[in-house]
Amino acid sequence: MSLGMALALLGAALATGLSGSGSAWGVGIAGQAGAGVVAEDPSQFAKVLVLQLLPGTQGIYGLLVTFITLSSIGVLGGTAVSDTNTGLMYLFACLPVAIVGLISGYHQGRTSVASIGLVAKKPDQFGKAMLFPAMVETYAILSLLVSILAVTNIKR
Amino acid sequence: MAVVKMQKLSICANKKHRKAILETLQSMGIMEVTESDLKDEGELERMDTLAARNKYEKRAASYDQALELLTKYSEGKGGGGLFADLDQIPRSAVNALAADRHKYNTEAADILKAEKRINECTGIIQKDENAKLALTPWLPLDIPLDSDGTKKMKTLIGTVPGAVTEADLYAMASKDMPEPAAVTCQVISAANDVSGVVVMCLDRDANQVENNLRSRGFSKPTLPALGIPREECENFDREIAEQKKEIEEQKLKINVYQGERENFRILGDYYRSRAEKYRLLGEIPQSRNVFFLEGWIPQAQADRVSSLLTETYGAYVEKEEKREDEDEPTLLHNNPFSRNVEGILASYDLPKPGRVDPTFIMSFFYVVFFGMMLSDAGYGVLMFIACSVILKKHPYMKEDLRRSIKLFFWCSISTTFWGLMYGGFFGDAIDVIATKYLGFTGSTPIFKPLWFAPLYEPMRLLVWCMLFGLIHMFIGLGIKGYEYLKDGDVVGFISDIIAWYLFLLGLIFMLLPSGLFASISGMTFTFPAWIHSLSRWTAIIGALIILVMSGRANRNWGLRIALGAYDLYNVTGWLSDTLSYSRLLALGLATGVIANVVNMMAKMAGGGPVGIVFFIVIFLIGHAMNMAINALGAYVHTNRLQYVEFFGKFYDAGGRAFKPFKTENKYIQIKEEK
Repeated sequence: MSLGMALALLGAALATGLSGSGSAWGVGIAGQAGAGVVAEDPSQFAKVLVLQLLPGTQGIYGLLVTFITLSSIGVLGGTAVSDTNTGLMYLFACLPVAIVGLISGYHQGRTSVASIGLVAKKPDQFGKAMLFPAMVETYAILSLLVSILAVTNIKR
Repeated sequence: MAVVKMQKLSICANKKHRKAILETLQSMGIMEVTESDLKDEGELERMDTLAARNKYEKRAASYDQALELLTKYSEGKGGGGLFADLDQIPRSAVNALAADRHKYNTEAADILKAEKRINECTGIIQKDENAKLALTPWLPLDIPLDSDGTKKMKTLIGTVPGAVTEADLYAMASKDMPEPAAVTCQVISAANDVSGVVVMCLDRDANQVENNLRSRGFSKPTLPALGIPREECENFDREIAEQKKEIEEQKLKINVYQGERENFRILGDYYRSRAEKYRLLGEIPQSRNVFFLEGWIPQAQADRVSSLLTETYGAYVEKEEKREDEDEPTLLHNNPFSRNVEGILASYDLPKPGRVDPTFIMSFFYVVFFGMMLSDAGYGVLMFIACSVILKKHPYMKEDLRRSIKLFFWCSISTTFWGLMYGGFFGDAIDVIATKYLGFTGSTPIFKPLWFAPLYEPMRLLVWCMLFGLIHMFIGLGIKGYEYLKDGDVVGFISDIIAWYLFLLGLIFMLLPSGLFASISGMTFTFPAWIHSLSRWTAIIGALIILVMSGRANRNWGLRIALGAYDLYNVTGWLSDTLSYSRLLALGLATGVIANVVNMMAKMAGGGPVGIVFFIVIFLIGHAMNMAINALGAYVHTNRLQYVEFFGKFYDAGGRAFKPFKTENKYIQIKEEK
């Protein structure tokens, strides 16, 4: 296997690995806060669960970029990468979603924790509580978009 | 599509009609009673209804508890679940039952008493189990635990730390005593950290032996019973059996009332409504002969209510003008389709009275955007079936829940539509199944998108998403313009609305034919020259108006221009808001690609029977998860686009929800008979 292929695979792995870690981190801390709220008031379960899941999307965005990358570098389809430069291009194209996924996943999780606290005190403010974590996600979406556009437009 | 116009009514009526008037208003449920302006001036006073209200609230709570217990002991039957219908009860049935309420009060009290007894029994059982546990180490002992000895002998029963043998114990007890000492030792139980022991000795040696033992940590145990351990344990067992029998009896007693659930539900709501009536009664000012009532009522109903009260009860009803400091409540009224997003609007904030209710416009964008994000025909069809079944099976759900389900019903149609447009049916499931399992060898995709597949042309869809976003936001700006015009502020309309339209449209038409746009989107626009210059001039005129007029509240021209320049900078806000609509593309892609990944994993085990089973299992689990998480994402981000990008352009939040005085219904809905 060429170095280029290895670099492209590294990019694909980082996209899912880092953004998945960010999501796991975010969903994890939000889940701890959520469990505490449900212990006090089980009727809040559905709302709290929605808030916990919000930081989970970064992992999916990462998976998406990984899948598109794998389908174009000859692992799941497409043609294998033969030169190092192309491999580097795939690696860099994967980086936005990897890095932003990691950091925004964590911060979205922290925002979810705060929103879970809000819902615990004022269950009727769910609409607003949901909005705060969704704000963080915007940047994950932008990075996803950049990664997709970059990966799909690499000229071979 | 509007905020309902409210009218303030003042009612003054004879006290002998008080009950009838309050009950009429309560059953109509269309008037929000406000704190009266008539402060306690001399003869006016308010009734103290706190005691009565508390009593009724407690009654309602006891029915609630009784119902919970009936569900708990009914072994699975009953309980409507999440989509429980409200019972439809004719008013005459409620009244008939209310006449009999004392009987049912006793029944509910019986249930609560039985539950209390069950709790006591459970407590005793728990205590006995603990006692048995404490006695277990002493079971081999065949004398009573409180044995003290005989006339000449002393018996010491207790524990020493550590695991000891009988020889150890003898050495311990007979320390400093001549051999052979008259001491008998027995170890009843030996565990690592403590041993139960019995030591017998002559009365005259008792002090010496006891001191010896105490110096080694001997102590008398604190035990829950003092007889022979085995017999005591049997006693406890007997008591536990008795308590268990008692619990079963009490459960039977409760279950006798299983058939009364409907009556309990009706009476629970009856008492809740009554408590609400007494709450109001405590707030209205009354003199010796008359009482006063003030409140908001939808304007369209005002005449009907006032003539009803005047004719039937001889009340004096006056329509009042709204005062400046008064806080009019907001009630929305929309067509049956748009009505379903009112809840989404309310969870942001209600509009102020007299302002525009965006529900109508929002409802269309909501459904379209949701569909674009979930965008899979298979998921759409599943949602459609689920929502239809729920709506069909539970025609009398609570109103809020019903509206949410209806909203998802409409969203599911939109999801199916966009799925067909993008060519997604459980991702590429049709192709995968056909080629892998049915031996199809023709060209894929079999099921071609009606429009185009976003995965292969993401830029094209991105441009469309931004176009939808611009339309969405321009409509938002238009609503603000409408409000300016309604207030008669033509200067504001031109300088804050028209100027921005000119500026932004000018910029867009300058951008479209540029090389930059062509290289990004792959679309080339060639406009005639006059559009080039027109768009340039429109942008410049718009920018100039904004620059000069935006800070018009300031007299100082320097400051005014500076504020205008700052406002012009808002164009970056428009840019980022437009980019925000790229989530329509990103979430749409996410659904489709993950669905494909699921299909790919599912087909990995090959084509044999095992492979097919594996395919089905992975297919079901994978698509269920993908659908759930993407439906959640679509919901959250559709809300966000409405709340942030759309509302940000115009919305005047801060309304107060209309809370009419009505019957409080947790379980039932009263049907009025004519």
